[in-house]
Amino acid sequence: MISYLLNTGCPPALIFIIGALFIPLLRGKLKSAFMLMLPVLAFVVLMKTPEGNHWHVALLDYDLILGRVDPLSKVFGYIFSLISFIAVLFALKVEDDVQHVAGFAYAGGALGVTFAGDLFTLYIFWEIMAVASTFMILARKTESSQAAAFRYILVHIFGGLCLLAGIILYIQNTGSAEFSFIGLDGPASWLIFIGIAVNAAIPPLHPWLQDAYPEATVTGAVFLSAFTTKSAVYVMARTFPGTELLIWLGALMTAVPIFYAVLENDIRRVLAYSLINQVGFMMCGIGIGTELAINGTVSHAFCHILYKALLFMSAGAVLHVTGKIRCTDLGGLYKTMPLTCLFCMIGAASISAFPLFSGFVSKSMIISAAGHEKLIVVWLMLQFASAGVFHHAGIKVPFFTFFGHDSGIRAKEPPLNMIIAMGIAAFLCLFIGIYPKPLYAILPYPVDYLPYTAAHVVGQLQLLMFGALAFCLLILSGNYPAEMRAINLDTDWFYRKGGKLVYNFMDKWLNRVNAFCDKLFAQEMTATLGAFSRQGPAKLTLFIMTPIWFVMGKKGDKEKIYAAFETASIPIGISAAAATLFIVGLIVMR
Amino acid sequence: MKKELKTFDDPKNVKILLRIFYASLVVLLIVDLFIHKHADFPWEDAPNFFAAYGFVSCVLLIFIAKILRRFIKKDETYYD
Repeated sequence: MISYLLNTGCPPALIFIIGALFIPLLRGKLKSAFMLMLPVLAFVVLMKTPEGNHWHVALLDYDLILGRVDPLSKVFGYIFSLISFIAVLFALKVEDDVQHVAGFAYAGGALGVTFAGDLFTLYIFWEIMAVASTFMILARKTESSQAAAFRYILVHIFGGLCLLAGIILYIQNTGSAEFSFIGLDGPASWLIFIGIAVNAAIPPLHPWLQDAYPEATVTGAVFLSAFTTKSAVYVMARTFPGTELLIWLGALMTAVPIFYAVLENDIRRVLAYSLINQVGFMMCGIGIGTELAINGTVSHAFCHILYKALLFMSAGAVLHVTGKIRCTDLGGLYKTMPLTCLFCMIGAASISAFPLFSGFVSKSMIISAAGHEKLIVVWLMLQFASAGVFHHAGIKVPFFTFFGHDSGIRAKEPPLNMIIAMGIAAFLCLFIGIYPKPLYAILPYPVDYLPYTAAHVVGQLQLLMFGALAFCLLILSGNYPAEMRAINLDTDWFYRKGGKLVYNFMDKWLNRVNAFCDKLFAQEMTATLGAFSRQGPAKLTLFIMTPIWFVMGKKGDKEKIYAAFETASIPIGISAAAATLFIVGLIVMR
Repeated sequence: MKKELKTFDDPKNVKILLRIFYASLVVLLIVDLFIHKHADFPWEDAPNFFAAYGFVSCVLLIFIAKILRRFIKKDETYYD
């Protein structure tokens, strides 16, 4: 098998996962070079791999396919390798091998999911991702991050088990483990759908994301923002394109989180909510399912990974140098961190889909697709969400961090590797926005779409600028909701408080049943049984002997009989007599 | 100590910035009247539809969020 792998090149997933094992052995510059080389190697292997199924591994009766390369998987492969390079560069100075190894295993898992050709391979890499990503949160080593990581892995175990159960049922029903279109039809497909929906953070299964991502390490959040949800987008686009339910779930997903984002105080939690909002656009595109919509979804995933990572990097850089991440603690940082501020604003402009920034050339395809299909309500919801995302991710994040009130913090720019990583991502956001042709060229379907028409540019600018006007007027008039240190309840309430309720219920009632049983069976019944087995025969003997003694006029010694039975020292004569009496009794009773 | 930027602390500069911003809004409103549209829905053809929609969306967003806050806001130690 090994020679076979070497002859045909190595799957990108294994380059990452096996490469990760060597990281703890290396030191200094060699280590840095090695870590940066792995994503480059994966990228090159991908470019050189022709379309088709590669890297078959026989396992039991199944043929596992580690490399199904087609246009759809290739785009995701490219962006996952690219963002790994940027994220690794950003995390280069982190002196914690656990994070590095977990980061590569996580990215490798995402690549494995992308190129999986069958459902078993998909499941294996899916779980590698879940486990490895948990370490990105655990590595923060605070009490709240440990708790968040615990909740995170529980939710993903639930999602993973749904997926596994669905896969097993699906194979049972169809006899095929092929990873391709499934469509909502019967319990097997529903289980698979729910499994993917957990990772895609589709409401109401979304709260793990805004719960866990802000608790991750500075660099871990960058990895997290890229892989879990976007690999779920890929799998969803593969298995459930054109599912009408997804249109509505997606539209809901774009609209609901922005209300939370407006109220949220933690900058990285604001970004987490806007991440859910952006994935909503992609889910909507998958649901619409036309060529334009799928192209829009894939290109939006591509752009989104870059600008969301850029935003998480700039927020992370602020957290790294100031130790603070709440709106209420920050402000005025542009004075000493102008570069980070600039990068953050480029990310903000991209996520807001400003013309000349990457979000503009991708998101508009999805909205246009909704328009072409005459989905009135969905189109209105998506436009509303577009204006809303500019409001919180586009204005609020840079404004409260770098401008707003002067917090008095005079922090320096982050280390050079972080600046370069942010610079590369910012450059790509601009490059794709200005010149989308290379991105359009690698999309799954031929692109017949012009993002830069006068009507479109002016329409989008009006939507955004008048949204900004609303922000301005509300801030100046004091009507903007103040930033507050608070928790905003989300659907995780059901398992966070609900979990406690169940625990208390179990504690109160099951322990009561337990105590009752303990009293009844362990304490009282055994004593009764013990007493019965000790004294029963003696009592029975006395029951028979007392009338006999009475008839014979004798006065028997009761204590002696009790003692004799308890010590099992009964004279053989008595035993024989008792046995005879029993037999006589039995015969009479018959 | 590196020199600090103070551009946006000067009220004069903020005023200039706001004026540029308002001017660009007016330009957008005017330009919209002269461009050819290829709309999916009839209301997209209405003059300055997107300006109105963007503004109303954001105001609604804020006011609904404010109402929402009354129901979902809890102390930071709520889950501890």
